[in-house]
Order: sequence, then structure tokens, then C-alpha cells
Amino acid sequence: MENKSLISINDYSKEEILHVLDLAGEFEQNPTQTILSGKVIATLFFEPSTRTRLSFESAVNRLGGKIIGFSDSASSSATKGESLKDTIKTVSNYSDLIVMRHPLEGSARYASEVAMVPVVNAGDGANQHPTQTLLDLYSIKKTQKTLENLNIFIVGDLKYGRTVHSLLMAMARFNATFYFVSPKELRIPQEYKLFLDQHGLKYYEMTDFKDTISEADIMYVTRVQKERFSDPIEYEKTKNAYVLRNKMLENTKSNLKILHPLPRVNEINTDVDDNEKAYYFTQALNGVYTRQSILSLILGLKN
Amino acid sequence: MDKEIKQLKVSAIRNGTVIDHIPANNLFKVINILGLYRSDNQITFGTNLESKRLGSKAIVKISDKFFVDEEINRIALAAPQAKLNIIKEYKVEEKKEVTVPDEFTGIVKCVNPKCITNNETVKPKFRVISKKEVSLKCHYCEKITDQEHMVFI
Repeated sequence: MENKSLISINDYSKEEILHVLDLAGEFEQNPTQTILSGKVIATLFFEPSTRTRLSFESAVNRLGGKIIGFSDSASSSATKGESLKDTIKTVSNYSDLIVMRHPLEGSARYASEVAMVPVVNAGDGANQHPTQTLLDLYSIKKTQKTLENLNIFIVGDLKYGRTVHSLLMAMARFNATFYFVSPKELRIPQEYKLFLDQHGLKYYEMTDFKDTISEADIMYVTRVQKERFSDPIEYEKTKNAYVLRNKMLENTKSNLKILHPLPRVNEINTDVDDNEKAYYFTQALNGVYTRQSILSLILGLKN
Repeated sequence: MDKEIKQLKVSAIRNGTVIDHIPANNLFKVINILGLYRSDNQITFGTNLESKRLGSKAIVKISDKFFVDEEINRIALAAPQAKLNIIKEYKVEEKKEVTVPDEFTGIVKCVNPKCITNNETVKPKFRVISKKEVSLKCHYCEKITDQEHMVFI
């Protein structure tokens, strides 16, 4: 994995994924080290992102590395009309690794082809966000003690949700059974169902989870955005069907954990926050360990 | 004596290349892909001709032009069933079929307007995921471009 860019979750084999997670576990035990001392990490955020950027920067800072970069394309020379290629070539000279978020899909793959240093994709439009997927996997493995044979409920916007699609592709390697819960307009796209069929994996589609929630090991909730609906009345009618409330968790498995990539708006009621099954804030913390693991493997500081 | 007269809809050429079995609605795509619009050779073509296999087909005859395989395989995306006849002195000297490549650069635009290749000067690059009904996966944005949505550069 040394010197290899991480652009898509499919770039890593099952063994490599498990290796990242094992090492993330070591960083959780010992998150403050100096192994990145003398290293410069560039964080190029062409579109704003609070969580992902801060999580990367926290990961680097806790390991003694230095950060350069920008958090918004307004403060980069992209506003002067500089091409992505030129920006990446230049920043390659100043850093040992580039973390990039960009609104265009495929921009990260392209950046990795023109950069002289490895690139880590922190989100390219609606396409891929592999470090989010890895931290999701870490959270699942940590709470369930395994990644194999789990019942994964994915709730909300399954049509456009990039984290949903990457999670699905990754969990398909671990023989998961999927329960897709969404309004009709935001159902999981056909290509992903085809993918699961080809891999002989079971999945169920439903418009609410009342009758099935007792089966869940993991419940992965995503935001249902109003602007995704062609009919605003449809949105008003369906929005409340996808709000998770504490009392819905009464007859659920004891090992159930609720995950959410955040930011949350109202799809998980705040009365869930104190339930021990709520895991989304710890999940965000796990992002730091997972990113420490990814960065140090790519920079060859751990093997 | 009963002799069936076979009449050619597009007249024969003495030397050159005949590209047959092009889907009629993709004729101009094929002409485009091969850059025939800027060729000085004599070119004759017919379209909306009867074809048992394709329903309606097109045919192009280019005098004194012999393509290398690489050039010809570019048309596989628009005409995967195309057949080539290499003509020498009015006779078919060689028959060739096109092969759809496993991956290629250029030729087609990615269908995704938010793809980097449609926004910066990056050459599109694809992996062919289905060869029968040609379907392409973008190397960059990972979206699928199917035959219906192919726009040739």
C-alpha cells in the first residue's frame, strides 16, 4: 500500500481493508505519536467540508505532521482559472501526500495520475469517499467484533448517497445481508442490485423498517434531502417515516448500533443520542484513527 | 437460363476498403470516427439498405484506402458487427471483422456532465464492461456510458 493512492474503496483488496482496520485499532490505543514528524500533508478542499477536513487534520496533528492547504476553492488559485492539473503538480512539490476533495467526479483519479506524491480521495462529487467507508467498516467491526454475515440496514437516500454505495460495495465482500429502507423516489439504483445479484448476496427493499428492525445488527441512517424530491408534497408525506426515534429501538438486538455519516439534520431524533445503541459520534472519532492508519500505511511509516 | 441478377446499390470500387454491416443510424458516427469527412479519397456510401441481420444497414466504400487495425477498431463502438472487405482489382482480397477493445482512450465522451473529463482538458478513458451491447465504464468517474448515450468526439 506504500506510495499507492487511495481513490476508490475498490482499490483495496479485502486483506488490505482488514489491514487498515487492524492498524486503526493500534492507533486507537495510542493516538498521539510522532511518526509523521517532518512530513507535510496537503489538504486541498475545493469544496467545503468540516468533518472530513478536521478529521484528517486532527489525524496528522496527533502524529506530529504538518498541514498545508485550503478549505475552500475561493482561497485557491482555481478561482484565477488554474487547471486542476497545474494545482496538483505545484502542490506535489510542497508536500509528501495530498488529501483532496473536489466537486467533479473522477477528479481524484486524475489528480493521482498527475501528482508526484500519493493522493487520498476525500470525496469527488457523488462518486467515491473511501476513507469514510473505511471508518464505517472500522466502526462496524469494532462494535460487532466481525464484519462477516451481518444484517445491515441502510436507511434514507439510497439513490444519491455516495457513502451508501461505497459501503454496499465494501460490505458485499463480507457476506452481508442488506435491508434497503427508503422512499420510492430514492431507492437503491438498479446497478447495485445487479451487483449484489451477481455476488449471490441477499437484500430486501422496503419503505419502512417497523416490522424488520428487530433483525438489524447495524442501522446506517442517511439524510433525506428535500431537494431530491420532484414533488414537495411527497417529501412532506414521507419525511417522518424516516426519522428514527428512541422508542423504535425497544425490541431490537442488543448488539445493534446506529451509524450515520453526519451531518445529521432530523433523521435521528436527539432522544436517541443517549441510547447506548447510538454510535454516530464515536463513529466520527473513529475517523481519526482510520485516517491515521491510512496515512501512515501510504507513507510507508507502518507496514 | 434463369440467372439471378445481383445488383449493387453502391457501385464497386477497384481498390480500397468496403465497410459493411454498419447500423444505418450510426453511419455518420462511423464516418466521423474514421475522419472520412476530411479525406481526399473517393468515397461512396449507401444507407437504410435492407439487412437481414441489422434491419437496416449502411455501407461505405473508400477507394485506395487501407486502414490499420487500430484505426478500424475505433469504429467497433459504433458498429460492433461491421465487416471489412479489402478490395484489390475488384476482388475481395481479405475479410476482416472489428474487435471491441478492452479499454481505450478518447473516441467517446463520458455521459456524466460532472465528470472531470467533461470539465478539464482530460482525455476520456474507458474500460469496456460489455461488448455485445457496448457499455463503457469511465476510468475517472466510474459512471457507465451505454450505446444509446455514446457521443463520439
